[in-house]
Amino acid sequence: MDHLLGILTKPDNVPIVLMLALIIFYTTYSFRKARRNDRREGSEEADLGDKVQVWPNLVKVEFLAALVVMAILTVWSITLNAPLEQPANPSLTPNPSKAPWYFLGLQEILVYFDPWIAGVTIPTLIILGLCAIPYIDINPKGNGYYTFKERRFAILTFCFGFLVLWVSLIVLGTFFRGPGWNLFLPWQEWDTHRVVALTNIDWSELFGVPTHRVDDSLNPAAMAIGTITILAWFSLGALYYVWKRKGDVLRRLGPVRYTIIAALFLIMMALPVKIILRLVLNVKYILVTPWFNI
Amino acid sequence: MFGIFETLREKLRRTDVYKSIFRHAYQDTQRNRALQILDNVFLHLHPVRVSRHATNVGYTWGMGGITFLLFIVLTVTGVILMFYYRPAAEYAYDDMKYLMNDVAFGPLMRNMHRWAAHAMVITVMLHMFRVFLTGSYKPPRQFNWVIGVFLLTLTLFLSFTGYLLPWDQLAIWAVTVGTNMARATPLLGHEGPFGAELGMKVNNDVRFVLLGGTQVGPPTLLRFYVLHCIFLPLIGSVLMIVHFWRVRKDGGISGPESETKKN
Repeated sequence: MDHLLGILTKPDNVPIVLMLALIIFYTTYSFRKARRNDRREGSEEADLGDKVQVWPNLVKVEFLAALVVMAILTVWSITLNAPLEQPANPSLTPNPSKAPWYFLGLQEILVYFDPWIAGVTIPTLIILGLCAIPYIDINPKGNGYYTFKERRFAILTFCFGFLVLWVSLIVLGTFFRGPGWNLFLPWQEWDTHRVVALTNIDWSELFGVPTHRVDDSLNPAAMAIGTITILAWFSLGALYYVWKRKGDVLRRLGPVRYTIIAALFLIMMALPVKIILRLVLNVKYILVTPWFNI
Repeated sequence: MFGIFETLREKLRRTDVYKSIFRHAYQDTQRNRALQILDNVFLHLHPVRVSRHATNVGYTWGMGGITFLLFIVLTVTGVILMFYYRPAAEYAYDDMKYLMNDVAFGPLMRNMHRWAAHAMVITVMLHMFRVFLTGSYKPPRQFNWVIGVFLLTLTLFLSFTGYLLPWDQLAIWAVTVGTNMARATPLLGHEGPFGAELGMKVNNDVRFVLLGGTQVGPPTLLRFYVLHCIFLPLIGSVLMIVHFWRVRKDGGISGPESETKKN
């Protein structure tokens, strides 16, 4: 229990507790608003469409918000000191070594993917994917009011990416990862000497095809299985297109937008799939090549 | 008794000094309320009138504005911290100790800088979440969302570069973990796919450029300091100007269509 309190009140973890509370509050709040709007004729926002003068109606709100934020920030800064540990020492590696909290989701992904995917490709795709959102979501509804009914896919996908893959992985990395990046429950003491057996196998080995041959060279059969698996995963996008191409949604999207959406979506969903494969079946790599592993 | 104050105030408002500062009369009229916004360089970012839902905290959560407030707090406290901090490995940590123990209000300034920085990362994420949930990136605001994504990235970079500056164990190892990823950059990192084939080594790849060395050391501290205090805030300010201007040009706070039609 002391350990739990210790982690929760560690100065740099206080913001994460705060973030979690805010995100739970705002998610519930906005989904309630969306549900209310979905059940009535016209949105609540449309009822407040009359014009008011910015002075004082808006400036007042801004001023009060600034006061409240400054009050909270001042009390927070007086009562809690920013951490300052021992001087930097390149020859003394702390265990665990953790990135700043907002990157802990990415650090968590390192368990499941090699650094070129977890540390470089995924962040790049997150940024590019976010930039692409306004150009691939051409649904004209739900512009300027809370709704769920009118944009189910968009909202579910974003919430899955933000709440599950970003926020909850940060929480996992902060409160559930201890020495050796091993899983600990938040109230469990961190045992530095805990040994976790490495029983990982590769995807092809599940089917009895070893990744390496007897002379330690890569097994082409294993590579073929890996490649086919990955191609099969992405061909789901093509299959869905063939199946629904006559539908309104896909016709309006057109092939280019659809390809981008399908690619981003399948890459995003590959992440939880790989997490489950690792946790349930101890799968390390789907595909091993001389240049990179996936 | 209060009559005297009233007369004095009336007199004050008729002086040349008052008129020269405020440019419009004080009486609470529609016209003066409009001028209060139009004639003020800080407030004229706002339109004179907005629809009522745009003043509703339940709709906007105020997160964009709070993010900007936190940026200002960070600028002010950051400048004060710069008076006491030297970005050299032999001084940096001692300066932190000095600041925390011997400088009047030093701990308050440093704490406020750190907590405001963490808070800003949170408010930026919440702002983006709100903008997504209200579909505010839809036409005509598509490009402003893209600017917002750049600002989010910059906020994370600002926080990350600032993380190194205390030059303690927490700082150096968090940044080591973070920058180790750059080794694995495809093509440009020495451990990334096709990096070795392109001649990337530990002392010429993208991580080397970022760190100014093969590991987090004194050159990294200086590099991150300059990025943190000059380069990133400048780029951020420019993007913020564009972001705010576009909010206005794209029709103000987003709202339901029926109301846009009325305008």
